[in-house]
Amino acid sequence: MSLTRYGIAYRIANELPDGSYVNLGVGIPGLVVHFLSKEKTVFLHSENGILGFDAVHEGEEDPYVRNANEMAAALVPGASLFDHSLSFAMIRGAHLTHAVMGGMQVSAQGDLANWAVPGQGVPGVGGAMDLAANVNNVFIAMTHTTKTGEPKIVTSCTLPLTAEKCVTKIFTDLAVINVTEEGLELVEVAPGISPEEVQSKTEAPLRLASNLTVMNVPERFNQLQLVNH
Amino acid sequence: MNKTFHSYDEVVADVFDGAVIAVGGFFGNYNDTPFHVLEALRRKGVSNLTIINNGAGSGDQGLGGLIKDGLVRKVICSFPNTPHAWAFRERYQAQEIELELVPQGTLAERLRAAGAGLGGFYTRTGVNTLLAQGKEVREIDGKKYLFEKALPADFALIKAQKADPAGNLVYRGTMRNFNLVMAMAAEVVVAEVEEIVPLGDLSPEEVHTPGIFVDRVILTAPVPESHMFNQKGNRQVKL
Repeated sequence: MSLTRYGIAYRIANELPDGSYVNLGVGIPGLVVHFLSKEKTVFLHSENGILGFDAVHEGEEDPYVRNANEMAAALVPGASLFDHSLSFAMIRGAHLTHAVMGGMQVSAQGDLANWAVPGQGVPGVGGAMDLAANVNNVFIAMTHTTKTGEPKIVTSCTLPLTAEKCVTKIFTDLAVINVTEEGLELVEVAPGISPEEVQSKTEAPLRLASNLTVMNVPERFNQLQLVNH
Repeated sequence: MNKTFHSYDEVVADVFDGAVIAVGGFFGNYNDTPFHVLEALRRKGVSNLTIINNGAGSGDQGLGGLIKDGLVRKVICSFPNTPHAWAFRERYQAQEIELELVPQGTLAERLRAAGAGLGGFYTRTGVNTLLAQGKEVREIDGKKYLFEKALPADFALIKAQKADPAGNLVYRGTMRNFNLVMAMAAEVVVAEVEEIVPLGDLSPEEVHTPGIFVDRVILTAPVPESHMFNQKGNRQVKL
């Protein structure tokens, strides 16, 4: 059973330690906010000037508080607000502990491509290069292959780079993979997925971790759907 | 000294053809952007403008309206590809508008550098990417950095919640974003605000943008519902 977008977000939420300061990108990373355990304190950062936000309850939206995904957000106790200069000083100065981003391609060396496809529409970079080049732990949340089944974890990126050697860990619908000095290390597989299947859908060679395990994602979290209201 | 103005047309009267204009707000479509000042600029009909913003406008009013009307020659921004930026998308695909794509943090810092009297700065952001083309690379303590030039503007059109007649500004919630660095970076700074209070009513400790950076203050008015994109846009997971 491969993971859904919600399953991937749940798995990443479990990985973030108590006391971390984390930027969540658009797409699957943005779903992580819904799965953070109340047992730990994780301050979420938003590029437009928030440290410490959470999903907002219906009817409690403040028109003056929105996150970088243009969603109404709630401020948590201990939150702070600031301008773009300070916000990106937190990023460039490596004060944030983690950035969770989407990916189009990740290479065996941890190079990341996630901002442009040449010849396709209007390009946009947002804060992706700032985050990838400067945050110490860059987690990538993505499907293991493209819609047409092409591997997204590759020997070397063919799409324009966001930053070189920046990714530390990859979370997909099939696996969790560490990026190490010695290449990619497969540390977890989704329930019912074999290491061989993961390798067959990965262009770059994978080394099996000695403690390779099956991902722990309760089925009820994997089956979630987002509701609009 | 009283920096209060009473006419939107008056605060943009000296904007000239070819001016470089920094427009505050995250995507130019909400209460963090100076909607009525932008509409006055559109009425004035200046052309060949260079616009600095995080995005490239939304819909066909405000910044999106300037682009739709063909008044903008070039946009310097980080994220022009939002769904609502259709005016820009059409002009870009027709090759009628120039785009200088800048990483978001680099954009903020280039503005700040201009406002702080710096020629530029070195950053690791963008090293060995397409956006590094033509830029100096320097190794500092074993790491590669790109040189990014300061980005000054002729005008900044920004938004704040409160102002006093001395031009001191206070923001609310996430309104601050680019407005602070844009106020620093421009020759002439116009702030559209929700409230103007008498001199002395703002606590010096609450001022976010000191009045030295601001030239003109004008009271805002309600913004058309049609321009308030994504105001709901909130989604939740049912656990």
